[in-house]
Amino acid sequence: MRGGAGLSVSNPLTESTAHELVEKFRSGAATPSAATRAYLDRITALDPTVRAYITVTRERALAAASAADERWRTGRPKGPIDGVPTAVKDVLCTKGVRTTCGSKILERFVPPYDATVIERLEAAGAVILGKTNMDEFAMGSSTEHSAFFATRNPWDLSRVPGGSSGGSAAAVGADLAAAAIGSDTGGSIRQPGAFTGTVGLKPTYGRVSRYGLVAFASSLDQVGPLTKDVADAALVLRVIAGHDPLDSTSADVPVPDYAAELSRPIAGLRIGVPKEYFVEGMDPEVERAVREAIEVLQRLGATAEPLSLPTTDFALAAYYLIAPAEASSNLARYDGVKYGSRVASAKDLIDMYSKTRAQGFGAEVKRRIMLGTYALSAGYHEAYYAKAQKVRTLVRRDFEAAFSRVDVIVAPTTPNVPFKLGEKEDPLAMYLNDIFTIPVNLAGLPGLSVRCGFSLASLPIGLQFIGRPFDEATLLRAASAYEQATPWRDRRPSLG
Amino acid sequence: MQDVEHVARLARLELSPEEGERMREQLDRILGYIDKLRQLDTAGVEPTSHAVPMVNVFRDDEPRPCLSPEEMLANAPDRSGEFFRVPRIIED
Amino acid sequence: MRSAAKDYETVIGLEVHAQLLTRSKMFCGCPTTFGAAPNSQTCPICQGMPGTLPVINRRAIEFGVRTALAFHCTINPGCRFARKHYYYPDMPKNFQISQYEEPLAEHGWLEVTVDGQERRVGIQRLHLEEDVGKLIHDGPLETARSSLVDFNRSGVPLMETVSEPDIRSPEEAAAYLRAFRAILLYLGVCDGNMEERSLRCDANISLRERGETGFGTKVEIKNMNSFRNVQRALEFEVGRQTEALARGERLVQETRLWDADRGYTRSMRSKEFAHDYRYFPEPDLVPLTMDRARVEEIRAGLPELPADRRQRFMRAYTLPAYDALLLTQSRALADYYEAAVREFARPKIVSNWIMSELLREIPADDEKALAASPVPAKNLAGLLQLIDRGTISGKIAKDVFEKMFRSGEDADTIVTREGLIQVADTGALAAIIEQILAANPKAVLDWKRGKKAAAGALVGHVMKATQGKANPGVVNSLLQEKLSQL
Ligand SMILES: [Mg+2]
Ligand SMILES: [Zn+2]
Repeated sequence: MRGGAGLSVSNPLTESTAHELVEKFRSGAATPSAATRAYLDRITALDPTVRAYITVTRERALAAASAADERWRTGRPKGPIDGVPTAVKDVLCTKGVRTTCGSKILERFVPPYDATVIERLEAAGAVILGKTNMDEFAMGSSTEHSAFFATRNPWDLSRVPGGSSGGSAAAVGADLAAAAIGSDTGGSIRQPGAFTGTVGLKPTYGRVSRYGLVAFASSLDQVGPLTKDVADAALVLRVIAGHDPLDSTSADVPVPDYAAELSRPIAGLRIGVPKEYFVEGMDPEVERAVREAIEVLQRLGATAEPLSLPTTDFALAAYYLIAPAEASSNLARYDGVKYGSRVASAKDLIDMYSKTRAQGFGAEVKRRIMLGTYALSAGYHEAYYAKAQKVRTLVRRDFEAAFSRVDVIVAPTTPNVPFKLGEKEDPLAMYLNDIFTIPVNLAGLPGLSVRCGFSLASLPIGLQFIGRPFDEATLLRAASAYEQATPWRDRRPSLG
Repeated sequence: MQDVEHVARLARLELSPEEGERMREQLDRILGYIDKLRQLDTAGVEPTSHAVPMVNVFRDDEPRPCLSPEEMLANAPDRSGEFFRVPRIIED
Repeated sequence: MRSAAKDYETVIGLEVHAQLLTRSKMFCGCPTTFGAAPNSQTCPICQGMPGTLPVINRRAIEFGVRTALAFHCTINPGCRFARKHYYYPDMPKNFQISQYEEPLAEHGWLEVTVDGQERRVGIQRLHLEEDVGKLIHDGPLETARSSLVDFNRSGVPLMETVSEPDIRSPEEAAAYLRAFRAILLYLGVCDGNMEERSLRCDANISLRERGETGFGTKVEIKNMNSFRNVQRALEFEVGRQTEALARGERLVQETRLWDADRGYTRSMRSKEFAHDYRYFPEPDLVPLTMDRARVEEIRAGLPELPADRRQRFMRAYTLPAYDALLLTQSRALADYYEAAVREFARPKIVSNWIMSELLREIPADDEKALAASPVPAKNLAGLLQLIDRGTISGKIAKDVFEKMFRSGEDADTIVTREGLIQVADTGALAAIIEQILAANPKAVLDWKRGKKAAAGALVGHVMKATQGKANPGVVNSLLQEKLSQL
């Protein structure tokens, strides 16, 4: 039997995966409205504890659900996620619905346009339940850096859900949404995916349009799904992926039918195991779970071989120059002139700018703006920004060399299990949490995190698959095979 | 970091003296970590600014409808008629 | 006196920003029309809203390449956009998407004619960027308590062209700008309107002792909104700097604003700390590579440019250099000239009439006004034909031209309606001459006594009597005939 002890608002609809829900819509066993109401009820009951949502769009969700009811009733669904209640990270612009980015400076910002991903979700019939909490401007790994409140890990409410897409991950992990959308600049989908035991997929840079995604670091940001299982990730990716003329960096390459690929066996798949991803100081429980997962994959017919990605140790340092540099530029527009909050009184324009930004941004955002401004400033540009961009080339080359020998790389998603709220006060300690996810963003590759066991304290552990550019299909296939072969998916958090 | 004040001014961030001090300490620690990049020889290495190499992406020169001034001004913290309004400008 | 006044050489470099005549903005689909209601030509992209991304306007790049080729520049095989950071409320993102290390084109030149002397002024670089919005201050900036922002212009494509410091006088600077503008207009990439700011110029100027090869302290001048003001501002600056140097003062590197009303430049408050633009490659745009075949295609499609056209005018119409230079100053004027010559094949006469009559009414570089001239080329040719056929005199034709210009009517209409047709009918004229001879016996007597000049006075009388409509040639021969019969 599924389910932990003492689940108070249990409902087969909210426990279903998206593809299971869609099956119920198809068979008439349930309707999108019933599913949406079940989720909204559960949000009302549990979100005051989990705190996954910044904004719940109840009326819109119900209206969208009832339109989906009609389509299913008449046998004309828009697609494979029509009527699926979905949560969206508050970093994607939603027309007429405030989009805060977890920041005070955008607390009252209501975009006049929809992000391309939102348009695609709605065109596919997804029911948007609301906007989820996040570290301010996606800068953080715990969702404690939201300007509004911290989100809790459904597996242990004293712990963080990871970040920056912690709200989306917690929503899916706590069954407060059937699926969710996050964004990943240095691990912000995969790490919260690992921490909440959900599937988190960061697509190849260029696979999903960034139009309407409030930028953190433009050359690293990607939008992707957080889902209850791998099959759902395949469904959602199919909907949101594809070329967008509004995003110059969006790749014009075909989007495969990922779900159809899932059943293909992985026998003969060549798996690379990078030695740099098993480091001293990492949680032995994480290492053990990942090593066991590799054995499972081998039992399924994959071959595993050790390899080396020698620049790994430098990726974090390069990232903490490149991402803040781009962020300092992207966040320059929040100046109290066109949108967002403005300080009440200022003696002149510069004073208004400096005070508005001082009050509107939180400590972590300010730190990164400072770091990035410094890295780009006259006299330091070469030593910092330019150097980091060269290191980025070396990181890419490492992966290119590896992928000439293997089809997919397997590694832990994070070096440790979810930590306690307030545990990582020191910024650098927080940053080090992302050492295994950051190189993937620097190289623009797809990465996926899937649950691969639990610590003794019942905290989920994430297994990361890293693939060739635009080869999300192989990641999904390998992760799905692994998921099917292991019992981990059956466990769910007990939220009393 | 040598000049936190200068960087804060470039970034238009007002920092109290205590904030500035804390910022300096934290950034120094982070930059201390980042210094490990010096160990890496990057002579002759081309920088990567785009992870996935692409070139020549254009749009055709076709005008598209704009949003109305009302929509564009709806989020303005301060406005005067159809204009955004800003406090007095002092050049720096 | 310790030393004589030193002889200084003026060193000027110009930076011109030209608004490209695309239909939509540089990175979004908003239209570029001038003069629309405030903030009515904006969208989330050109207002820099969170989440928006730029996409390059293909035509803007093509216009850049066209211009660069006309300026004999090398088109770089690859170029890319960069972000240039500074805070100002007319710039929605607080960075401008421009080009920095990898501009579209470099190393060109422009031919400039001053006092009939041709010189090449080097062009350092040509790059593309986006324009900023417009600020409106309540009163002068220094005292304004608040300012208003209109983002209509934000994101309009601009082409920035930086000359080498090759210009040696304010007059030459003005000539450079005229030549520059003419080329843009010939290419159809910019409307060249300085008042509407579709063409803007900043100047760098320094002095050095003649014979020096290094550069003196450079001063940047901004806020000049016409060619004439560029020249005036530079002339003022040459004077100011020469005097300062003569007094042994040290010049400071600074930016000065031209005050056209008061006719002087004044220092902008000196900068506390230099700009630090923190350029880096625009991550939201991908690099451009210049396909050589495409560049050659664009080169092949270039129209005849002013210098070539001038040469052709001298060759094909045997015009003097002066005429050819003037007539090719704008594409519209050169087109006008050629259209007129097609209808009336006496090139120098057409040139004379255009220079003396048409250009009194319309400036030679005002494309729009020339194209919309109330006297189109065909009508000018029609007027010249009337003179040629002897229907009207040259003197009357000048009045007719003015009337044509005011009314937009053609020459025939005016001449017929106002009865200006030259009287060449010998019968009618003979009668008038009889009367004049009868009424002026003294002049007749004088003529008979050998004072041949008296005939001139008689011709004058006849012309007066016919209100100038008499054909002077006919009058003269009839008069001679009558007089000799007396
Ligand atoms: Mg410029
Ligand atoms: Zn626009």
